[in-house]
This record gives sequence, structure tokens and C-alpha cells, in this order.
Amino acid sequence: MTVATASAATDQEGTGIETRELCLWYGDFQALRSVTLSIRRGLITSLIGPSGCGKTTLLRCFNRVNERYGYVRTTGEIRIHGKNIYDPDVSLVELRKSIGMVFQRPNPLPLSIYENVVFGLRIHRPRSELGKTKLDEAVERALGEVGLWHALKDRLKSPATELQLEQQQKLCIARLIPTEPEVILMDEPCSALDVEGTRAIEELMWSLRGRYTIVIVTHNMAQARRASDESIFMLLGEIVEHRRTEDLFLNPRDQRTAEYVEGRYG
Amino acid sequence: MNLPPAPVAGTRPLSVSTGSPRGPRRSRAAVLGESVLEWVIRLCGISAILFVFGIFFFVLREGVGFLFGGLKLGEFFFSTEWYPTSLSNVRYGVLALIVGTFSVTGLAMLIAVPFGLGAAIFVSEFCSDRWREGLKILIELLAAIPSVVWGFIGISVMNPLIQEVFHVPVGLNVLNGALLLALMSVPIMVSIGEDALKAVPDSFREASLAMGATRWQTVRRVLLPAAKNGLLAAILLGVGRAVGETMAVLMATGHAVNIPKSPFDPVRTLTATIAAELGEASVGSPHYQVLFIIGILLFTITFAVNLVADLVVKGTAKG
Ligand SMILES: Nc1ncnc2c1ncn2[C@@H]1O[C@H](COP(=O)(O)OP(=O)(O)OP(=O)(O)O)[C@@H](O)[C@H]1O
Ligand SMILES: [Mg+2]
Repeated sequence: MTVATASAATDQEGTGIETRELCLWYGDFQALRSVTLSIRRGLITSLIGPSGCGKTTLLRCFNRVNERYGYVRTTGEIRIHGKNIYDPDVSLVELRKSIGMVFQRPNPLPLSIYENVVFGLRIHRPRSELGKTKLDEAVERALGEVGLWHALKDRLKSPATELQLEQQQKLCIARLIPTEPEVILMDEPCSALDVEGTRAIEELMWSLRGRYTIVIVTHNMAQARRASDESIFMLLGEIVEHRRTEDLFLNPRDQRTAEYVEGRYG
Repeated sequence: MNLPPAPVAGTRPLSVSTGSPRGPRRSRAAVLGESVLEWVIRLCGISAILFVFGIFFFVLREGVGFLFGGLKLGEFFFSTEWYPTSLSNVRYGVLALIVGTFSVTGLAMLIAVPFGLGAAIFVSEFCSDRWREGLKILIELLAAIPSVVWGFIGISVMNPLIQEVFHVPVGLNVLNGALLLALMSVPIMVSIGEDALKAVPDSFREASLAMGATRWQTVRRVLLPAAKNGLLAAILLGVGRAVGETMAVLMATGHAVNIPKSPFDPVRTLTATIAAELGEASVGSPHYQVLFIIGILLFTITFAVNLVADLVVKGTAKG
């Protein structure tokens, strides 16, 4: 396998993810309607909107996990770092390797902490490249980056599913790091966590900012304001407004956005 | 029992009090009916226990006299000489029968485990919905074939086939029995194995796929470790099925008391021996009692296998 993913073909302009006229149907139900947007590279962009408006659906288009369901149909274009991910020469494996995803409920694999972190390496690198020292380094670096190394370094062999939720979610972020993704997608990553856990994940997002293009779905308006550079407001499968977070919250252009951020519906 | 308190004979008509939001008041008949039903269900549950112990007790009673008076346990377990009807020198060594049972079962498992688990993985992870339903029906059909019919197939299909393919004089042997047992235990492995895989939360699959794993990598690295207890239980239940199977192996293995040196040697199993000889042994005779002792041995083996399978499944629930 060649690692000719987006990274090689990247020009350094500021666009991370671009969609054009993206539509998606679950069977007969159209969940995304002509979504055209451009998410900036290296920043944190939040996706907000009332329940059922298609935030998760949009996010899951970016790494094409929606295609697991046979009844999903997509039209339009998604470019990630310049490369159309629906091109026939795109390999799903490479695409998903370069686009990490964090889920709403922390879902560490039913393996040890150590194996969770090196999972990406194990599936993407030939076994001959995976010496013990290399794996150990990867684990230390990834756990270090999410601030779990000191807490977990003595129990790397214990099952990841036994950690506290907050640690599980951090681990789910850490396991993306060894394969060096360019984009991290997060679907309400804090909704299962308490206030402390939420704050910890937000801090972590800020520390990752710049190196990764981060897209985060959130129901929590305050979180979007605190933790994102830009915000996208969606309604009924359409993009209503996409601006810098401050602007979107302080002087929204669209009436519907204004009503939503004031909490009139949602 | 924790039935709700009997309804107070009411100042209000019963029909009203049934649906009354005030409290759990129901007609006397309904309460009585429910408690009767509860007892019937309870009896059904208890009867299962009674049957198991009843059978065990019966088998034990028929054999126990000889077990403690007359049977030489050393000869029983370690001699291959099975001459229960010899006039001059009666010998009851079942070693060859034990080896027969285990060789047929072992070979059957070597064949059935890869097939059964492979099919379980295919059905649960790689199949489209329409195919899955069809396959499951087919597999259940396989489970419904009576074992005599399998024996038939062993004699009329497998026997010439084995002679032809392996150039051996007789096709009624360990291999034949093992193939039949494999076919018979695959269905149970597939259905239990598929349940075990289905029980793995979908979030694990999504996590793995979203990291870029292929479906096969997901199976190997995530699903198999996650479902390993359930899959082990599937295998053990298949083993239990194979150990206890009688008619097909009786017909297909050649019926010779013999320690096999290759898969092409005929053998005889514990089960086949009981089935073949019990009718001819006179009730209460030592021969008759020894057959019951063999029954106890079989019972113990399958009980142990099933118990382990059960404990393994409980392990899943905990983990
Ligand atoms: N797998 C699916 N099959 C069919 N319809 C689906 C599926 N997933 C989502 N939908 C529908 O698509 C629409 C958008 O769902 P989506 O999950 O993207 O919304 P959301 O904005 O993430 O909502 P929430 O805030 O509740 O998570 C909803 O109407 C939902 O019912
Ligand atoms: Mg959602």
C-alpha cells in the first residue's frame, strides 16, 4: 500500500474539508440537502443545530462510515485537503486512517489499554515494522499527548473498558494519534461525561488545535462558544449559517440562527 | 411469593376497580388465575430438575450394584479387552471404546470447528441480510436431519466415497463417523457462534472500521477476542453433541472394538456399544450392569462438557 493520501497531495491553503452540493438519503428520507461548506484547516469547527438536523450524518460522511448501511445513498462532492473522497481511486482504509473519529459514547475496543493505542499501527503497518520499542514509544507519546500517561503507565495491560468514562474518551482520542491523522471528527464527545470530564476534553482539543483539523458536533451551545473557532448551524439537513464562532453567536445573520442560539428551540 | 395483596371486597363494583387508578385492585378470579399459572410454570421448571436427577438416579441404580461389587475398575478403564459375552473368560475393558469415542469426536471437531466458526463469522459479519436468512434456514434444516438418516448417508454415500478417494478397502471407519459428527455438530456451533458474535456491541465494529480496519481485521482483532467465550461455548456444545451421538456412529464406524492407528481403522464408541448390546443383555446380569456403568461414564463426560460450556458463557456475562 502506498501512503498516497491527502497529505501528499496537499497544498497549504487553508481549506481542510470542502463539500459541494452534498445530499444524502437514508432510503427515501433525505437527511442532507445540498450541503456546501468549507471547513478551515487546523482549526476547530463546531456543528450545532437541533436534534435530528443531520449533524451526525454529515460528520459520518467525512470518513464514509455511513456506507456501512446498504440503504444510504450520497450525491455531491467532498474534498478533504483537495482530494475528492468519493473518487474511485480512494481507498477507504487510507481515508479512514487519515481521518480519525471520536464517538458519542466512548467506545474503547475490548482489548488492553496498550492494544487500543497501537491498534491503528497494527492494522496499517506491516508486522516487520512493529518492534516492541517502536510500539512502546507510540503508546507513551499518544497517552502523553492526551494526558493519560502518568495515570495509566503502570496498568497498560488492563482492559480499556474498565477505565472511567473520561479516561475512556481520552483513550479514544489517543488511539488516533499513532497513525497521524489530519482530521479528527468528534460526535458529541462530552455528552457522556460530567463537568470535569468535559473540561478535560475541551482542554485536550485546544492542545491538539493547529495540528489537526477538528470538527466537533455538540448540543451544548456554551461548549461551541468556548471551544471552537468557527461554527456551523444546521437545520433540517441544510446549512443555515457558517461563520466565526463569536460572530455566529453575537450577531447571527439569519433569523433562525438567532432564535436557536437564544435557545428558542432545540 | 410476592403476589399483590388480595383485593378488598369492595364497596365499588369489581369491573370498575379493575381499571381503577387508585391501586392495584383486581378481580379475585384474575388473582387466582395468575397464582395457578405461576405454580404451573414453577412445576415445569422443577420437573426439568426432577427429570435430570431421575434419569441419573435410574442409570446409577441399574449399574451401581456391579460398580461396587465385582467390577474391576482397573480392567474397566485400562484394558482393551471387551468380551462381555465370553463363556469362559468374561472381560469388561472399555479403553478401546473410550479411545473410539474420543478419536471420532476429536477428528470430528478438527473438521467441524473451522467450518462451524467460519460459517458463524460469515453469517454474522459478511452476509447480506437476504443471504443470511436463507443460510440460517438451511443450517437449521441440517440440524433437523435425524441421526439414522445420517447413518444411512454414512453407509451409502461416505463409505464408497472414502474407499474411492483414499483407496482403502473399507469406508466404515473413524473418518466416516467423524465426517458425519462434524456435519451434525456444525449447526449448533453456527447458531451459538452467531449469537455470540451478534452480542458484540456494534460500537466496537464502528470503532474499528472508523480506524481504517478492514472487515476481516475487525473480525480477527476485535470481534474474536470480544466473543471468545461465546465461541468457546459454541465449540463445547458441539463437542457435547458429538460425544453423545449414537446411531450415526454406530452405523458408520465399522463396529469393531479396536484402538485405531489411523483414521481409516474401524472403531466402536461407548454410545454405540450400549445401543447395540443393551437389547441382548439379560436384565440385571453383569453385562447389563456394565452397560449402565458405561452410561454413567458418558453422562459424566457430557455433563462435564456442558458444565464447562455453561461456566464459560457465564464468564461472558461477567466480562
Ligand atoms: N441509520 C439511519 N437510518 C435512517 N435514518 C437515520 C439514520 N440515522 C439518522 N437518521 C435520520 O436522519 C436524520 C438526521 O439524523 P442525525 O443523527 O444526523 O441527526 P443529529 O443532528 O446528529 O441529531 P442528534 O443531535 O439527535 O444526534 C434524523 O431524522 C434521523 O432520524
Ligand atoms: Mg447526532
